[in-house]
Amino acid sequence: MSVAPPHSSLLGKQSGNVARRKAQNVVMLSLCMLAAGLAILVLGLVLFFLLSKGFSSLHLSLFTRPPDNIDIKKGGMIQSIFGTLVLLGIASCLGLPLGILGGIYQLEAKGKFASTVRFFTDVLNGIPSIVIGIFAYAAIVYPVAQAHPGTGFSAYAGGFALGILMVPTVMRTTEEILRLVPFALREASLGLGATRWRTMWSVVLPAARGGVITGIMLALARIAGETAPLLFTILGSEYFSTHAVLGGHAHVPTLNAPIDALPLRIYNYSQDVNPDRQAQAWAGAVVLISLILVLSIAARFATRGNMQEEK
Amino acid sequence: MMDVTTQKPSSLQDLARSQTSTPTATKILVENVDFYYSAFHALKTINIVIPDRQVTALIGPSGCGKSTFLRTLNRMNDLIDGTKLTGKISLDGEDLYDKRVDVVDLRKRVGMVFQKPNPFPMSIYDNIAYGPRIHGLTNRKKLNEIVERTLRGSALWEEVKDKLKASAFALSGGQQQRLCIARTLAVEPEVILMDEPCSALDPNSTFRIEQLMEDLKKDYTIVIVTHNMQQAARVSQRTGFFLRGEMKEFGDTDQIFTSPKQKDTEDYVSGKFG
Repeated sequence: MSVAPPHSSLLGKQSGNVARRKAQNVVMLSLCMLAAGLAILVLGLVLFFLLSKGFSSLHLSLFTRPPDNIDIKKGGMIQSIFGTLVLLGIASCLGLPLGILGGIYQLEAKGKFASTVRFFTDVLNGIPSIVIGIFAYAAIVYPVAQAHPGTGFSAYAGGFALGILMVPTVMRTTEEILRLVPFALREASLGLGATRWRTMWSVVLPAARGGVITGIMLALARIAGETAPLLFTILGSEYFSTHAVLGGHAHVPTLNAPIDALPLRIYNYSQDVNPDRQAQAWAGAVVLISLILVLSIAARFATRGNMQEEK
Repeated sequence: MMDVTTQKPSSLQDLARSQTSTPTATKILVENVDFYYSAFHALKTINIVIPDRQVTALIGPSGCGKSTFLRTLNRMNDLIDGTKLTGKISLDGEDLYDKRVDVVDLRKRVGMVFQKPNPFPMSIYDNIAYGPRIHGLTNRKKLNEIVERTLRGSALWEEVKDKLKASAFALSGGQQQRLCIARTLAVEPEVILMDEPCSALDPNSTFRIEQLMEDLKKDYTIVIVTHNMQQAARVSQRTGFFLRGEMKEFGDTDQIFTSPKQKDTEDYVSGKFG
């Protein structure tokens, strides 16, 4: 016959062991909260500094006018905002197909070549962005300038550099997200006689749509703030780059000329001795952060729609 | 004595006769099939005649190879690396593993319903239209017809006819499984493979799917893997008993459950193990 141990009273004094475990729990929980709080605090400080320095210079003219070299305060940076959007567009044309198709390849393909590709993608991810800028300079800017003196720096070159920077991020997130789609879904599609590509396109990709879009948005947010590769590729400009047509009677926007971008403009102004220019650099930083924030929020919305569908 | 695992059949007719008491047309013929996952010998010298327009049940304990076998019938195992099959499986006399066979065509003719309901993340309508669409059908009117016919065929029409545009995930598990059956029917297969189709369902849904199989066998050849011996007894005309990668016994369902010839079969169907 076994004797049951005496029950401790629920309301009485707790044994030392329980008290120690509870204390441990409280300590660890506090440490986690502290770490999370610090991470948020850093973001908060950055935003606070930006807003306190940049808010006063945030005028409507910033979004409507190009820089004004006579009355600096009246000038804006619309050509930089426009340029950043153009660069994001060109980079997407290169980075999205390569990244998404490459991610699909890495998911589907097995064997030596696939693992080699994966390794080099990781290496590419680790290459400093300034090196990519130098590469774009050597691959596009310099040869073009040799062939057609007076040209070279262009939106194409900048978009090319940023596009390369996007590829590894988009590739990896696409692969990881697609991997999360249950294998049963693919089996169902293949079992109906669908080809692998059809299965990917009509079942797996739509099921992972939200995650893929999030990956794209994060990659765009990342490259929107890149400055180093732009130094070598777009040169910067205080005007909308246009190209004369109809014998000089009309001007159309051109991508084959120096163009401006927000981070580059911020960098240039921050080096300026004129305090008005410096103030505009702060304001430009606010604009850039807001642009990235909009992209991130858009990513959130894209993901949320998907969650609802999967429920 | 008809021990097909040890006796080499002298001809197809002999093999067919050895496994059936009533002669019916042969739909799928499996001859001396061995299957390997890399080094693991998963199926050992399987010989089976699967009759046309009947339900054939495959039973056996977990890991005995019955699901693996089922998946050799529409080459779903091709998706797994390092698998190897020897022997011959033929559908209406044509070798499934011939180099000229396109698995896409094969899987159109030999459809599959899986253990867990796996509807696509689309509407009920699009789930069913998916199959016909991938095979090139775009005519809206014909698609509508197929959707209604297959949903009626899978006894789901009355429950979903007013919400065809709703997400398939809004359906219950049993409804989802019937949707998956309708989706399989929509590509007009000749054979339907069912891999434990009721194991994730409640008794009521299971009952409805069993009724459905009874109806479907008028037009389709059905091969079902099940853990549930009562289910095998209820729905099938033929039963095969698998153990450790071998097919121990294959015959009329009545005979397997009432007078099994093998000791292992008797022990399994009487619940001594498994």
